[in-house]
Order: sequence, then C-alpha cells, then structure tokens
Amino acid sequence: MNAFSAILVRDTRLFFRAGGGAFLALAFFSSVAVLVPLGTGPDLALLGRIAGGVLWVAAVLAALLALDRMFQSDFDDGSLDLVALGPLSLEGVALAKIASHWLATGLPLTIVSPLLALMFNLPDRAYPALVASLAIGTPAVSAIGAIGAGLTLSIRRGNLILPLIVLPLLSPAVIFGAGGVLAAIDHVANGALWFLAAFSLVAVLLSPFAAAAAVRLNLAG
Amino acid sequence: MAMADFWGMGGYAAYVWPAYGLTLAGLVAAVLVILVRYERAKLRLKRMVGDEEGL
Amino acid sequence: MLELANPKRFMEFSYDVLPWVAIGAAVALCLGLYLALFVVPPDYQQGDTVRIMFVHVPAAWAAMMVYAAMVVASVISLIHRHPLADVAARTAAPLGALFTALALITGSLWGKPMWGTYWVWDARLTSFFILLLLYLAYIALWNAIEDETRAARACAILAIVGAVNLPIVEFSVDWWNTLHQGESIFRAGGPLIAPVFLWPLAIMSVGYTLLFVTLWLLRIRTEIMQRRIRTLTLSGDGHG
Repeated sequence: MNAFSAILVRDTRLFFRAGGGAFLALAFFSSVAVLVPLGTGPDLALLGRIAGGVLWVAAVLAALLALDRMFQSDFDDGSLDLVALGPLSLEGVALAKIASHWLATGLPLTIVSPLLALMFNLPDRAYPALVASLAIGTPAVSAIGAIGAGLTLSIRRGNLILPLIVLPLLSPAVIFGAGGVLAAIDHVANGALWFLAAFSLVAVLLSPFAAAAAVRLNLAG
Repeated sequence: MAMADFWGMGGYAAYVWPAYGLTLAGLVAAVLVILVRYERAKLRLKRMVGDEEGL
Repeated sequence: MLELANPKRFMEFSYDVLPWVAIGAAVALCLGLYLALFVVPPDYQQGDTVRIMFVHVPAAWAAMMVYAAMVVASVISLIHRHPLADVAARTAAPLGALFTALALITGSLWGKPMWGTYWVWDARLTSFFILLLLYLAYIALWNAIEDETRAARACAILAIVGAVNLPIVEFSVDWWNTLHQGESIFRAGGPLIAPVFLWPLAIMSVGYTLLFVTLWLLRIRTEIMQRRIRTLTLSGDGHG
C-alpha cells in the first residue's frame, strides 16, 4: 500500500470512528433541515421550491464541522512533521486528506439527501439533479475547506475563524448546486451542473497546492 | 429658493444626502484614526531615538 | 522598485512623496465634489439620485483596486519573503474593507428610489458583499495568528486564493442573477454614462485612488515605526 492510500484509509477510518465527525456532520445536516420548515412554516409548495437551496446550505455547513480535524490532530501530535518528511509530497497528503474528508462527509450527505428532500416535498423530477449536484459539488467543499483548515492550523480556536474564510469562497458551489436543482424543477436547461463540475474540478486540482503551502508555513519554525 | 432646490435634490434628498454624509463620515473617520496613530508612533519613536532618523 | 524594499529607503521616499499625494487627493476630491453637487445636471431618468453615483462608483473602483494591490503585495511577499510587502498587504486590507462598505451603503441608498427597496440581490451588490466578507476574513485571519511572519504568509495565500476565486464568484453571481431575474424589480440596467457624468466620475475616482495611496503610505509608515519601537523596547535601548 503506498503512502497516498495509507493516509486515505487511515483518515477515513478516523473520521468514521465515534466522535470522528462523520456522524456529527450527518446529524447536523438533518437538524438544520428540520429547523428550516419550523422557521418558514410547513407550506409544501414553498418547501419544495427551496429544498435544493436549503439542503445545499445545510450540506456546506455540515461539511465544515469536521474540517478542523483534517490536519489539526496530526499537527498537534507531530505526525504531520513526519509525514512531511516522508515519500509523499504535502500536496499529495492534502489531496488524500481532501478525499477522506469527502468520503466521510460529502458522500454520506449525498446519500442521505433524497430522504430529507422527501420531507421537503421536492418534486420527483428534481431528485436526480439534487443527488448529482451534491455528488459533483461536495468535493469542492472538501477541497476549499482544506485550504481553510491549513491556514487556521496554528490558531488555538481556529474552528471559529474557519467558516468565515471558507464560506465566501464556496458561494459559487451553492449557486450552481442549488441552481441546478431549481432548473430541474422548472424544466429548464441552464448548464448549472456543468458549471458546478468545472468549479469542482478546478477546486480539487488547485486546492491541494494552496492547502499544502498553508500547512508548510505552519510547520516551518 | 435656489438653496432650497439644492438641499431638496429634486425630491431625493433622503437618499442623496445620507450617501454623501456617510461617505464623508467614513472617510474622515479613517483619515483621523490613521493620522492620530501615525503621529503617536512618530512621537514615541522620536522620544526613543531622537531626531537623527529624519522622521 | 526593489530599492524601495529597504525600509529606510521607503521611509525617505514616502516622506517626500506623501505631501504631494495628499494634496492631489484633496484637490481631486474637492473638484469632483463641486462638479458632482453643483455642476452636473440631474439625469433625465434617475433625477438627482444620479449624484449618488459620484460617491458610489469611485468607492467600488477603490474597493477592487485595493484588493488588486493587496494581491500584488501578497505575491511579492510569498516570492521574495520581504517584510515590507507583508506590511503593505496587511495595511491595505482595512482600507479595502472601508471602501467596499461605502460602495455597498451608497449602492443601497441609490437602490431605494430606483428599485423601491434598500437591498436587491443584484449581481453587483451581491458580489461586493462577498468581497467585503473576504476582506473581513483576511483581517480576522491576520489578527488571529500571533506569529507575524506566519500571519503574513497565511494571509498572502488567502489573498491569492481569493483573487483566483473572485472572478468565479462574479461569474456565478451574474449567472444566478439572470436565473432569478423574473423575481427582481431591477430594470434600469447599468446607467448609460453621458459625457457630462464621465468627467466628475473620473476625477472622483482619481481622488479616491490618491486618498487610498495617502492613507496606505501613512499606515505602512506607522507600522514600520511601531516595529522599530518594539525592537528598541525589546533590546532595552530606548527610554520611552
């Protein structure tokens, strides 16, 4: 097993362990989804229309929850220093950690989303768009989140500042993701999912470099 | 009359003047805060090193 | 350019330049204000609200220009590891946030009579709101990291990531705006700029730019002096 898959497997396992963040993210995702109808009232027509937007926002927030674990524990116990000296570049390490974060948050959220959409009365025709948009878009959340996690590594209460950094950067993902669901509801083709795919691809390709640079500056000195 | 016309801004006084007022307030406040900090730092440094550095 | 990287050189250079930039800013702003308030006729569509443009557009211009300046300083700081570039990037950020906030406030004051409401999720207002959030994140990150050089490098990375992301945000918000256009009251479109309006706008923009340069230089000088004070205090040299 090479270094990349070793990190991938280990981190994914840690995420799924009790208190590891994966289940926390799922529970948070569901709680937000329950609170929204309580806030807006149970008008099914309204809920059906906003379902895509609400689930997207909830998914982004839920994925943020587990972000501070991405590098932090390895940084604290010094194993990140060892990994940095190892055969895999920090860019590779970052990519492996992005992948494991997605496996632990983005993927489960995507799988659970149809159930919550059911409670939101999402029109049948929009289900494929919802699942597809979350599957395509959540990797971008993990990738851009990795940059934030790296930048806030040395801050004691970094998890407070992390959302402030990551959320504005993620606005295109929410726009295209929720826009794709709305397009499916309205029977229009506006290319939202293609834009989302492009955004996600660029994010996944470029973020490891920024995240690695952020981790590196925290390791030095 | 001309003065009243000017202040009236064609009925849009309630929007034009706050825009100018808030802009002015923001910029003036920034200038003041920055100048005060600048002069204070200059004074402290002068007291420490004297005048020889051409501040 | 590189000679200025020496803090002592920079102090001398900025000392010579500052008065001229400040005078330029004052002259341009006074002239621009005079033109905007007394000379320019009301627009035939927007009436006197068009005068808000003369404080809105220059603020928006300055907000973007400051970000560009911050990114340039950040790139220099990452490549050359130069403290002056760190200071330059850091001191520019609050000024950029101020201009962005002013652009948002004046924009919504213009929007009330035009759109009937203070806030419309118009593409420009929305992307400026996101720009403001980016500025705030940058400032918060800088304040949160105690080690100076670490803070500088982390913020440089954030500024560059933001610069890559901002055009995408701009594009996505534009796209989103057309998607939801049926729901918005926004009709007028960007105002067509007649030459009568162009000159005051240009003069005000020059004024804002020079004002930014003045304040920027002052803040950089303040920061350099404070660092010197700190080293002197640490070495037990001074008596202050």
